[in-house]
Amino acid sequence: MMEEVKEVTPTLSVQGHNIKVAEVLRDGDTLTFLIISQKLSGTGEYHVDRTYDDFEWLQQHLFSQEDVPGIQGVIFPPLPVKPQVNTSAKVMKQLGFLGLGEWQPYCKALETFLRQIAAHSILNKNKAVEIFLTSSDPPGRQRVRKNIFNRLSQAVEEMRKEGHKDVDEFFQTERDHNLVLTGCAKSAAERFLDVVLTEQKIAVACGHFSAALHLCMEPGEDPDKQAFSKACVKLSEVFDSMRKNMTSVAENNVNTLGLGLDLESRYQEAEKEMLFRRTCKLVELESARRNAERAKPVKKAAMEEVKRATETEFDHICGVAKQEIARFQGARVEMLQQALVQWCEKQLLTAKDNADQFNQHLQALRGMA
Amino acid sequence: MADTARDPPLQHTDFQELEDGEDLFPEPAATQESEPASLPAEDISTNSNGPKQDSLFDDDPEDLFAEATEEVSLDSPEREVLLSDGPSPAITPITPPTSVITPRIGLTHDDMFTHSSFDEIEEEEGGDSFDMHISVSDPEKVGDGMNAYMAYKVTTKTSMSLFKTNEFSVKRRFSDFLGLHSKLASKYLHIGYIVPPAPEKSIVGMTKVKVGKEDQSSNEFVEKRRSALERYLMRTVKHPILLKDPDVLQFLESSELPRAVSTQALSSAGLLRMVNKAADAVNKMTIKMNESDAWFEEKQQHFENLDVQLRKLHASVESLVCHRKELSVNTAQFAKSAAMLGNSEDHTALSRALSQLAEVEEKIDQLHQDQANADFYLFSELLGDYVRLITAVKGVFDHRMKTWQKWQDSQMLLQKKREAEAKLQFTNKPDKLQQAKDEIKELEGKVQQGERDFEQISKTIRKEVSRFEKERVKDFKTIIIKYLESLVQTQQQLIKYWEAFLPEAKAIS
Repeated sequence: MMEEVKEVTPTLSVQGHNIKVAEVLRDGDTLTFLIISQKLSGTGEYHVDRTYDDFEWLQQHLFSQEDVPGIQGVIFPPLPVKPQVNTSAKVMKQLGFLGLGEWQPYCKALETFLRQIAAHSILNKNKAVEIFLTSSDPPGRQRVRKNIFNRLSQAVEEMRKEGHKDVDEFFQTERDHNLVLTGCAKSAAERFLDVVLTEQKIAVACGHFSAALHLCMEPGEDPDKQAFSKACVKLSEVFDSMRKNMTSVAENNVNTLGLGLDLESRYQEAEKEMLFRRTCKLVELESARRNAERAKPVKKAAMEEVKRATETEFDHICGVAKQEIARFQGARVEMLQQALVQWCEKQLLTAKDNADQFNQHLQALRGMA
Repeated sequence: MADTARDPPLQHTDFQELEDGEDLFPEPAATQESEPASLPAEDISTNSNGPKQDSLFDDDPEDLFAEATEEVSLDSPEREVLLSDGPSPAITPITPPTSVITPRIGLTHDDMFTHSSFDEIEEEEGGDSFDMHISVSDPEKVGDGMNAYMAYKVTTKTSMSLFKTNEFSVKRRFSDFLGLHSKLASKYLHIGYIVPPAPEKSIVGMTKVKVGKEDQSSNEFVEKRRSALERYLMRTVKHPILLKDPDVLQFLESSELPRAVSTQALSSAGLLRMVNKAADAVNKMTIKMNESDAWFEEKQQHFENLDVQLRKLHASVESLVCHRKELSVNTAQFAKSAAMLGNSEDHTALSRALSQLAEVEEKIDQLHQDQANADFYLFSELLGDYVRLITAVKGVFDHRMKTWQKWQDSQMLLQKKREAEAKLQFTNKPDKLQQAKDEIKELEGKVQQGERDFEQISKTIRKEVSRFEKERVKDFKTIIIKYLESLVQTQQQLIKYWEAFLPEAKAIS
């Protein structure tokens, strides 16, 4: 199903902003995601089933658009790590927030991924996106050829280029800043995850205590025994409320700020990748220039040609990169604001609910005494 | 008058009588049954009309205490206390011996007298309702190195007529509390009173304090201990009988208290305590009591169950406290990360919001710590206290069994003596016959005393258990309400924090 990009229907036939990853089905160790998108023409929906491999297929196609000028300057929306059912602690740590719950946060992350691609003016022109979202058959599983976007295949010496000094102050600043922010965002996301995990532990502990209290009830008509039993039942209810409270607080944390920090962290990494690609190109360009200068007359013309080509590529990349960075900065601020506002609103609501509940318990207990 | 009653020779005479009898009771003190003044006690060998029990408190309180000072600070009397079922003769000078207590008119009367004396006490209670608050505060390290100790200020505020003033304080150290408990235990446990246990020793905790580590864990230790001492005193004085005990009064009022040496964990007395606990456990298994009273059987089962449940609850709460502390640590770390993120952020409004986020999280961290403390001090410690209290309750039931055993033993012995006497009738040994008759008479008295003791302890235990159950309900209800109040307060605080943060979040871009 590999259609060439040269086709002239570049725009998506579905709305990008409301793509939904509605459901996740588990079949043994495989997860299948149900994706629903609205037709642009307004006359219906597309429902497709996709696995993680299909998402990777999409991503690889987007990476391999070598004929799109400056494609390397694009900050590619980050795809989450592969979800694994019943997996090791190491993978769970990698997944972070996305591994929590019954994969709902994960679905949300995939949803964001698709929406970002559909909204990207360069990326959404790729036919693979249309196929992915609308084709009832699964997209092809054949592996696309390796490309420089796959960092893991890069040799170690390539990594040294990361620190290569830039010729452009704007980019040098951006690189430095990105380095700091990537570290901070990752650290913040990890620590917030620790908070959420502990909250979950507390919820469980409250549940245990609540159950244990039920066992303390004493049968009998003795008024003291009855009074004690009543007190135990009441306290059990209180701790059950606490359990629910903690669970809500943890859920709120995950669904708003947790996802936000996770996305921020992964997006900063994506920007880092882009800047690295540009830096590599810069190194290549400087090398090409040197070669052209030092070339013997026989090779000179060829070297000059290479140099010019590389220059053009580099300029394209820088142009796209600048746009991308501007867009990125705006998008992330908006995303974080939304996350923070939602987080605060949800926690405020939960706190008010809980205050009411505890108050009710308190009144009931005072009445009992 | 009190003095004559307490003359040592009087007691020694009693001893001799015992020793002449067969070794019924290996511990010389057992039948002495020196009960505290506030309890009615029966003593067959009474030979004086001592003053009424109540007036004992008014008579020469100094003398009472002076003798106490001498006796308690020696190891050996303590040792005898620990070995015997009842108080040792050495202790008795503190509490007037039975002969001082209003004597019984006849030997065959039942508990009529006892009953009325008990009621007297309760009338007194009714007249002067419990209004007393004790606080333990201002822990202060005294001395240096391994001889250092913490001194606590014990302040009593009360309107009860039992005390000379309405508010007074004294300085006490931990071993003083242990000494008080040890005295009360020796006087009251074996006759059925549930004496609240003292807080536990902690060699590790105290060593840290002695060595001078001024860190959070040693501060927490001191606070935990201070709170435990306060609860211990309050529980003790809430007991209407214990409240009136001269040792308790002295503890609360007297500015100088002799050091209770034998409370040291590694002292010989301490080791003996451990040995005795083991011996007790063995004895318990060998006493097979014919329980004629279903109430006791049911109650014992009830306390066994309660013990198991409370321990489970306690473990559960400790786990909760642990997690809360962990949450506090994690929240603090997240706050730091958020602050760093805010500092690195270029976008001004976002940067400010992130810094605010960091501040909110720090405040929430504080809330978590407060909540963890509430969990701990309200529940964990309460449950721990009750687990230890139930051990005391079980001990009291055990004493009843021992009392029963004593009674049975003396009955059996009487039976044997009677048989022996019957045999002697046919021999021509008038001296031996007379001796046998005397012994029988004495044993009959002992049997009756044993029965009375058993009935007394049974009666006391019933009262005590009823009191315990009521207190338990009150305690739990009070704690639960306090806890809920703390929960409500935490939520209110959270609401405030979130409401303050929301506009900051909205103000971004």
